[in-house]
Amino acid sequence: MQRYSGFGLVKHALSHHENWQRQWRNPTPKKRYDVIVVGGGGHGLATAYYLAKNHGITNVAVLEKGWLGGGNTARNTTIVRSNYLWDEAAQLYDHSLDLWKGLSQDLNYNVMFSQRGVMNLGHTLQDMRDIQRRVHANRLNGIDSEVINAEQIKEIVPVIDTSKRARYPILGASWQKSAGVARHDAVAWGYARAADALGVDILQNTEVTGFKIRDGQVYGVQTNRGDIESKTIGCVAAGNSGVLAKMAGLTLPLESHPLQALVSEPLKPVLDTVVMSNHVHGYISQSDKGDLVIGAGIDGYLGYGQRGSYATVEHTLQAIVEMFPSFSRVRMNRQWGGIVDTCADACPILSKTQVKGLFFNCGWGTGGFKATPGSGHVFAASLAKGEMHPLAAPFSIDRFNTGALVDEHGAAGVAH
Amino acid sequence: MFYIHCPYCGEYRGEEEFSPKGEAHITRPADPDGCSDEEWGSYLFFRQNPRGVHHELWVHTLGCRKFFNITRHTVSYEIFETYRMGEQPKVTEQSLAEALNKTRKEESV
Repeated sequence: MQRYSGFGLVKHALSHHENWQRQWRNPTPKKRYDVIVVGGGGHGLATAYYLAKNHGITNVAVLEKGWLGGGNTARNTTIVRSNYLWDEAAQLYDHSLDLWKGLSQDLNYNVMFSQRGVMNLGHTLQDMRDIQRRVHANRLNGIDSEVINAEQIKEIVPVIDTSKRARYPILGASWQKSAGVARHDAVAWGYARAADALGVDILQNTEVTGFKIRDGQVYGVQTNRGDIESKTIGCVAAGNSGVLAKMAGLTLPLESHPLQALVSEPLKPVLDTVVMSNHVHGYISQSDKGDLVIGAGIDGYLGYGQRGSYATVEHTLQAIVEMFPSFSRVRMNRQWGGIVDTCADACPILSKTQVKGLFFNCGWGTGGFKATPGSGHVFAASLAKGEMHPLAAPFSIDRFNTGALVDEHGAAGVAH
Repeated sequence: MFYIHCPYCGEYRGEEEFSPKGEAHITRPADPDGCSDEEWGSYLFFRQNPRGVHHELWVHTLGCRKFFNITRHTVSYEIFETYRMGEQPKVTEQSLAEALNKTRKEESV
């Protein structure tokens, strides 16, 4: 792999940037791999990268039915934070945040991770009690989180309306300074390039059409490019996880919903942090390009169509204008939807299944992007050892039968 | 934007009047005390979540406030039918496939 550096940039400028190496190969599928990862989004590529880097398993294939990072990795609002309420979730997301901090150097790829802080607003007394509780829980877990009042919010975000005149007055917020945003496409590309350099085969336009299972043990997949064998298969297919599960004869405790987001025309710098509100139901940040990146809740119905209803967009923008009345005349540029796989407890599934050798990493729902490095890291360890990593163990599918749910609706209900 | 026919009000209304409530035809266990953890789990959490034809429960929140069922495609979002509680769907994955085969045969003739 050609390493990227300032010096390299100058060198390539001399040859008019015509000799850059391709970021990853386009190999033909081998007959057999040690591990197959189904799904070439951020989580799948991260899984393949950590399998090769941390566990020395380089005979790995990533199967992607479309193009790399063309699903939710390219469709999210790029927020990274770890202020979750329960120990299990907080530890998993904080592990991820730790990995984010050194990710650009690790991958030799600028993922533009910017720790600009994330604010979760409270508009009612009950909101503020919940925020206090979550912040206390965060601090016990070693996560930098604090409660700030309306004046402090106004100081950080001058453009926000903290007046008492507002329909839903802002009373305070939780504030995580180490949280922020990252460049979503770069995350997929960076992981792909680094994994490819370690020998991982990234197979695009390769769709899994079935699993080969004998005596309860998986031994391969059928694809549109022929059968590929492997005794360890990790499915990381987000919204389409249920479709894969069905091929293996399994049902998952998931529902796939459209989640919409939109961006405005580019503006001068106006918002240098991330503001989220569970109560009025919306969140917003400003990208480095200047456009406001806006999102909110899912469309309530089941949908695989990567689009949702106009009413949801309208509701989202009502929330944004409630917090930022001065944005009321900003024009929106683009709007899109992704398919998110939501669990009843708003926590992911990292689990073995009844089929030996077949693992699932799904159910990240509305907030998977922030977890990309952590999810890949612990899932790779689980695939390598055949036993779930301690951080992943509480997120087994079994919890929906035993009742040991990790209810994160407070931290994840709207906040993504 | 869906335009939904409420089988109780008998007219088409905009989506904003309705709320989706998930998969339809899930029966509460008749003997709750006799259920195993797996049976409770599958009743409460495990869903078909199909990429295709889906029978789902909706409520006419801002209208008659009655629950009813919709058969809808989860990729094209096309609504095939709406029907009252207690009724069975006329359109299913199977019936659609059969209808499609029939038209194909007719076309080939």
